[in-house]
Amino acid sequence: MARKKRRSMLYIPGNNPAMIQQAGVYGCDAVLLDLEDAVALNQKDAARILVRNMLQTVEFYDTEVCVRVNNMHTPFGLADLEEIVPLQPDNIRFPKTESVQDVKDFMKEVRRIEKEHGIKKPTMTIHVMIETAKGVANVYEIAGADPRIDAITIGGQDLTADMGIVKTPDGVGIDYARKRIVMAGKAHGLDVLDTVFADVNDEEGLREETEYIKKIGFAGKALINPRQVDGVHEVFNPTENEVRKAYRVYSEFIRNKNAGIGVFAIDGKMVDAPVVQRAITVLEYANIDLKEIEESVAS
Amino acid sequence: MTPKFKAQAGTFESSDIMVLIEPVSEEAGRQIDISSTVMLQFEDDIKNTINQVLDDLDIQNVHLIAKDKGALTPTIKARVEAAVKRSLGIQEGTM
Repeated sequence: MARKKRRSMLYIPGNNPAMIQQAGVYGCDAVLLDLEDAVALNQKDAARILVRNMLQTVEFYDTEVCVRVNNMHTPFGLADLEEIVPLQPDNIRFPKTESVQDVKDFMKEVRRIEKEHGIKKPTMTIHVMIETAKGVANVYEIAGADPRIDAITIGGQDLTADMGIVKTPDGVGIDYARKRIVMAGKAHGLDVLDTVFADVNDEEGLREETEYIKKIGFAGKALINPRQVDGVHEVFNPTENEVRKAYRVYSEFIRNKNAGIGVFAIDGKMVDAPVVQRAITVLEYANIDLKEIEESVAS
Repeated sequence: MTPKFKAQAGTFESSDIMVLIEPVSEEAGRQIDISSTVMLQFEDDIKNTINQVLDDLDIQNVHLIAKDKGALTPTIKARVEAAVKRSLGIQEGTM
């Protein structure tokens, strides 16, 4: 099965029906229906009820649907889970994760609710958000704390606030955290997702930041406006040259594999397993079916 | 159940509906006043949806005022439920 793309994950305020009902047509890979920071304290109940109703009715097409609930240490976290978990959105995003115990407490409630609703084979995965210095310090253990975690993400705004620094356009204050979270996520085979770029009018800044986070290993980025989707996709989409090269690598890999050869060369450069894996990633991002390549090599 | 407090949920934004609940005396029945930008086309649908939620929540006596700006059915359901629960004191919200 092709890897699910998470280049763009668009935050949508959980109390905004107009945006939620259009979520499937923005062209992003995933939407994050937000019950946390995007919802005023006195509207938490209304947002929770609205998201629950929308999840049951709205067509999201191929867009992955994630719901960000409130932290379990707030009066809203458990109530969010009680309403959302029975509906099994694609994922739930758990904010301000600071320790393995946080994950255990959260998952205990998730599993209890699933059991109470007779959900024997839950499909919903978990995204953990690292937004505090303590969370960054514990990130490797957090990333491996539960097998249902399939992505880890950095919350830049809260992290800079927790560190007592200002988030600057060059991202220097959160650079160490970004890299540490990437390594922890990769070590556990997770998708690692970047924080938002807050200035929707600065397209060049968004592009530069996206190019940087792609280079250091992020699989995608959270967005706050549909206008940011295309710019992020352009960065994450492979170029034509990259696709051609990947196609050639994978074709030769299949041909050599069929002949029982492990390592081979293309244009004098060695091709081994990591090179093939990179080629597969490029082809998947370009929506090219690997089976079609395998069949064309065989014929 | 009978609403105890004045309560509201929703907004006047497009695709939303503002629902206001006023307590009435027991045995007063339901009074539902709707105004909508799509009144001619959907008044009956909006009213049916509101009544369905009130039935589900077992609310027989209430004055409900709805000001609709083209909300879809799930939005109408959500706003009525939120307003009723606030009026019952089950959940906190505005007003």
